[in-house]
Amino acid sequence: MSIVRTPSAAEEARGRTGRKPSAGKRAERRLAWLLCAPAALVMVAVTGYPIAYSVWLSLQRYDLRFPAQREFVGLQNYVIVLSNQYWWQAFWVTVGLTVVTVAVELVLGMALAMIMHRALVGRGLVRTVTLVPYGIVTVVAAFSWRFAWSPNTGYLAETFAQGEAPLTDRFASLAIIALAEVWKTTPFMALLLMAGLALVPDELLRAAAMDGANAWQRFTKVMIPVMKPAILVALLFRTLDAFRIFDNIFVLTGGAQGTSSVSILTYNNLIRGLNLGIGATMSVLIFLAVAVIAFVFIKVFGTAAPGSDREGRR
Amino acid sequence: MECPARRGRRRGALLGVALLAAPALAACGAQDSGPPTINLYHAPEQNLQTVVDDCNREAAGRYRIVYHKLPRDADGQREQLVRRLAARDTELDVLGLDTTWTAEFAEAGWIREWTGETKAAAARDVLPGPLESARWHGKVYAVTKNTNVQLLWYRSDLVDQPPRTWSEMIQVAQRLAEQGKPSAILITGAQYEGLVVNYNNLVASAGGRIVSEDGTRAVVDDGAVRALRVLKDFATSGVTNPALENHKEDGVRLAFQAGDGAFQINWPFVHPATKAGNPDVFRNMKWARLPGVDPGQPGRATIGGANYAISSYSRHPGEAFEAALCLRNPEHQKFSAVKDGVPPTIESVYDEPEIAEAYPMKETIREELKDAALRPVTPAYQNVSTVLSTLLSPPSAIDPERTAARMRTELQDALESKGVLP
Repeated sequence: MSIVRTPSAAEEARGRTGRKPSAGKRAERRLAWLLCAPAALVMVAVTGYPIAYSVWLSLQRYDLRFPAQREFVGLQNYVIVLSNQYWWQAFWVTVGLTVVTVAVELVLGMALAMIMHRALVGRGLVRTVTLVPYGIVTVVAAFSWRFAWSPNTGYLAETFAQGEAPLTDRFASLAIIALAEVWKTTPFMALLLMAGLALVPDELLRAAAMDGANAWQRFTKVMIPVMKPAILVALLFRTLDAFRIFDNIFVLTGGAQGTSSVSILTYNNLIRGLNLGIGATMSVLIFLAVAVIAFVFIKVFGTAAPGSDREGRR
Repeated sequence: MECPARRGRRRGALLGVALLAAPALAACGAQDSGPPTINLYHAPEQNLQTVVDDCNREAAGRYRIVYHKLPRDADGQREQLVRRLAARDTELDVLGLDTTWTAEFAEAGWIREWTGETKAAAARDVLPGPLESARWHGKVYAVTKNTNVQLLWYRSDLVDQPPRTWSEMIQVAQRLAEQGKPSAILITGAQYEGLVVNYNNLVASAGGRIVSEDGTRAVVDDGAVRALRVLKDFATSGVTNPALENHKEDGVRLAFQAGDGAFQINWPFVHPATKAGNPDVFRNMKWARLPGVDPGQPGRATIGGANYAISSYSRHPGEAFEAALCLRNPEHQKFSAVKDGVPPTIESVYDEPEIAEAYPMKETIREELKDAALRPVTPAYQNVSTVLSTLLSPPSAIDPERTAARMRTELQDALESKGVLP
């Protein structure tokens, strides 16, 4: 993937501008800015404005059913949400699901990537088959999981939990949600990791084998270090995605039995409860959480953020 | 919706213009030929289209109703309506509302008040319980379409006489269980509105209140606490179905139909459904009023059903009022009652011979409707329902005093739309 490769064009550009720019270069630069401006303006219109508006909403008491009571309340909504047990329950459910699913996906994704990378015969077929779950719409897949785990009609429920209703039990539900999530997104993880695998030069592996490294040592001492940027990018993408989990839970349990994620809780307050103030507060909090995750990945682990010139700072 | 785009313009400019002028572009899609279209949004009902066709014929070209089906589940219906009304969508005219949404839609200013002649027509000969469900703050905001109440259904081959109270019913069920006969009492116990309805029945039967009459204060009085105790006693008495916490209306119906229970509390649709599903059980299937909480006090039943309201953003309100009245006139209520199993709200319809045939239990329904229980009336009913179903689930874990205390604080927040909804 080009994200990982860190093309040197950007660096060159910076090198050039580091020196004294000539008049022609300056004009070129201004032209570049002008050419970028429309795109930047559209970006501000479609992303900046909604974000700013959400923040503004989150500082108000604003419920569509009581339009007359709309008023500015400062940070009161944040106090309400952050001191609420339902919010923290949903928060920890989300964190738990994120950690478990991303960890499992990483291991399975790595295995799948190896298979796809090493497949000698039917490479195209293997890759296509692997990617099928990722190609199925999440809601459709979630419905088939739900039916599979419904008592009487579902083949999985009949096989593994006869006479029970697994989707009415909290931990069974969470496990099924995690399973559906892993099944769905492992191929995506595998795809990103495969791009990283392509970076590992064959000579390096052969040289290591010559020096007497066994397969496991070649994997941990050669492949993993070379692939590290790719692994971190894959983890970053998946963690950000997993933290916003919504559709699988929505279809499988609807958030009952304490299986709500923060997104489900936001939906319940915003769309069902029509409470724009509280709902916007939750959206902003999710936004902040996602920003923190991205920050930690990029600054602490040194993930190469898409578009940055290097592999971040180590 | 798209106007014929003029060619020869640069794409970027077009995109910018499209972004800014989207609302204006939408306007050129509307065409003003023929009779005004009245868009009816209502839950799927098999034979409602026939009623619509009938009204279109009666309208003789003054308007034309088009029936748009909302999602099947109540939450989905409400979400679609609310989302579009909040965006002031003018394409909605007649709205099929659940009886619990009147206050919410009225308070938000989404539906029109019924006044003068239409108000009088909307109230004519309507049973008092359903009529109340169309009001908010003393004003009329909807016209009743159909009503609904749950009944106690029991097996006459197992039970000689229907129990009058819950404690009596639990005892009978326990005796049946000792004899190794089908004994379960089946109710809708899943974490959703159905559980709230059961609780509301019990509270009303015990003479209690959950929310004050004006819908502003969480009361949860003595009667409401006793109702919690009954629900808890029932859930822990060993006479429930193992799937209690998963049961919604159809699950309850199927379990009873399969012979897995002695009692069920359910809506009248189970009568024709069981007749078709299992004639053996149906032969001994009898009905009675809901059991009460105190001896000598009959149980009270929560009103369900649907009303028609007119959107505030409708461009043809006059025709919409007329259309709504036609869709639920006595003749059409009778038709829907017989064909779609939805009990009428107009009292005289109950005396029609076809109704007697389709509803052998109509007298019991009428009796219950006379002193029926309303669910808490507040614009924030959705919040109230969510909080109640969360706190009541699972019924076996209820701790009457403690649950009541939590209800008081969380319901108060819910009524003021202040807290966080679970």
